[in-house]
Amino acid sequence: MTKKNTAGNIFTALTYIFLYAPIVVLIVFSFNSTKSRTVWSGFTLNWYKELFSDSLIMSSLQTTLMVSVLASLIAAVIGTFAAIGFYSMKKQWRAPFLTVNNIPVINADIITGVSLSLLFVSAGLFMGFELGFGTLLIAHISFDIPYVILSVMPKLYQLDRNLFEAAQDLGCTWFQTIYKVVIPEIMPGIINGLLIAFTMSVDDFVISYFTAGSSVETLSMAIYAMTRRRISPKINAISTLLFAVVLILLIIVNVREARQQKANIKKQKMLKGSN
Amino acid sequence: MNRSSAPAGFKERVASVWLPVKSFLERYRRQSFAYPYVLWMALFVVIPIILIGVYAFTSAEGGFTLENFSGITNYIPVFGRSLWLALVATAICFIIGYPVALAISRMDAKAQRIMLMLIMLPMWINFLLRTYAWMSLLENTGLINRMLAAIGVFDWINAMHSGNPNYTPITHFQLINTNGAVVLGMVYNYLPFMILPIQSVIVKIDPFVIEAAQDLGASSRTVFRKVIFPLSLSGVISGITMVFVPSVSTFVISRLLGGSTNMLLGDLIEMQFMGAAYNPHLGSAISLIMMAIVVICMSVMNKFGEGEEQAVVM
Repeated sequence: MTKKNTAGNIFTALTYIFLYAPIVVLIVFSFNSTKSRTVWSGFTLNWYKELFSDSLIMSSLQTTLMVSVLASLIAAVIGTFAAIGFYSMKKQWRAPFLTVNNIPVINADIITGVSLSLLFVSAGLFMGFELGFGTLLIAHISFDIPYVILSVMPKLYQLDRNLFEAAQDLGCTWFQTIYKVVIPEIMPGIINGLLIAFTMSVDDFVISYFTAGSSVETLSMAIYAMTRRRISPKINAISTLLFAVVLILLIIVNVREARQQKANIKKQKMLKGSN
Repeated sequence: MNRSSAPAGFKERVASVWLPVKSFLERYRRQSFAYPYVLWMALFVVIPIILIGVYAFTSAEGGFTLENFSGITNYIPVFGRSLWLALVATAICFIIGYPVALAISRMDAKAQRIMLMLIMLPMWINFLLRTYAWMSLLENTGLINRMLAAIGVFDWINAMHSGNPNYTPITHFQLINTNGAVVLGMVYNYLPFMILPIQSVIVKIDPFVIEAAQDLGASSRTVFRKVIFPLSLSGVISGITMVFVPSVSTFVISRLLGGSTNMLLGDLIEMQFMGAAYNPHLGSAISLIMMAIVVICMSVMNKFGEGEEQAVVM
């Protein structure tokens, strides 16, 4: 058993090296003093300095953050309410709705993007609008909501079926039942869904590409436009920065969780001791 | 006593009628929370897909036609290539991903958390940039070829052929703009989607089930074959879908790593909507067929999983 485990661990380590090799290359060459992405010619921080004066990159970064934050927040609200609604339905109604909910998750991005662009273009002809930030936001909300629902539903199923009635018997209005009893219970699911939705939005290229039109550009779209010419090391610099931010956030979250777990265990031990 | 019990009895009777009605109304009100999203789905999920169907069966003039589908016959090689490369990439992801998922799920809880975090971390680097980074590794003058040259691989190969007059010395391996590079890009980008669902299912297997099998005399190999693998099948199925679907429909990976000559289905669709060959009707027809392929593949896959819950997303 242990022997098999070492083999498995070595294989896993090799896989992780494979996953991180291009990222290391990307980060190392963000410090390269020339524009080459294969020849190392000396250390510099110039790309990081130039990054902040590059209006194209900064505005596309702003668009990406704005659309991702807005879309994931709106999706979290609509999705949470929808999940509570689906949960309260009879199975014969819930099942088809959940199937439709899964379509954007399972469908290829390109089909989601193309189908939305068909809708936006033809609706735009009727109502006289063009593709832009609005259509981009609607598209992002549409593919974010299913992830919120998929992570909230399991939390709802963990609830006691009688919780709603118990809360109302104790005098809660329907709004208080949701706001004071149900939402706190399913909060981990909502936060999780929000984070997945945000990640999906930040990383999305394909759906944005088909729904944003030519007036707005997300960071992914800017990068794609650049790959046709040559990517400036400034892009390496900004992704290194984003990577560092996420890494630090993840470490903080994990350390805090680990501490809380330790504290909980201590508490339990103390309680047992006092008994 | 009589005086106090009469109103109480009355209250109870009212309650016995009113409470079920009330809880029914409450339930009904809670159901209505889903209505905004149901409307949203109708507008932005169902209608767009119907539009694809409408476009696929109409011509630019607006009449019904099947021409879009007969036009597709020219692109059969592209369909074949896409399916083949996606299948190869999915198979490789499975072969790499399953052992890794198994190894991770055998670690202790803390190590598991770190390993999972490390798998998700690269997803935070823009997917285009990760693919672009592979370009700098695979190019003819890229890092891999430079490294091979530095340790003298090409000199050695050229020296082996020195007797042959027709031989032209090589200075690099052709790595980029090949099918191999495209498959590599798919495996690299979608491997986490194979590892995560499989791992999440294996972790949930009751350790007592495995212990029971061992107590009944099963070797570790039999335990894996008869217990662990069958129980992890639902994770495998969602992993396979989550790798195959984006692989078969990508146009970014093929454009960056496959060069301009190696077209995939995704490129074909993209060209009909954004490219010079603007023809959304043909594009919709191709999209429709691609959706059909995905649905067929998935229903075949689900047959294997027989009734297992299938929504394992991260």
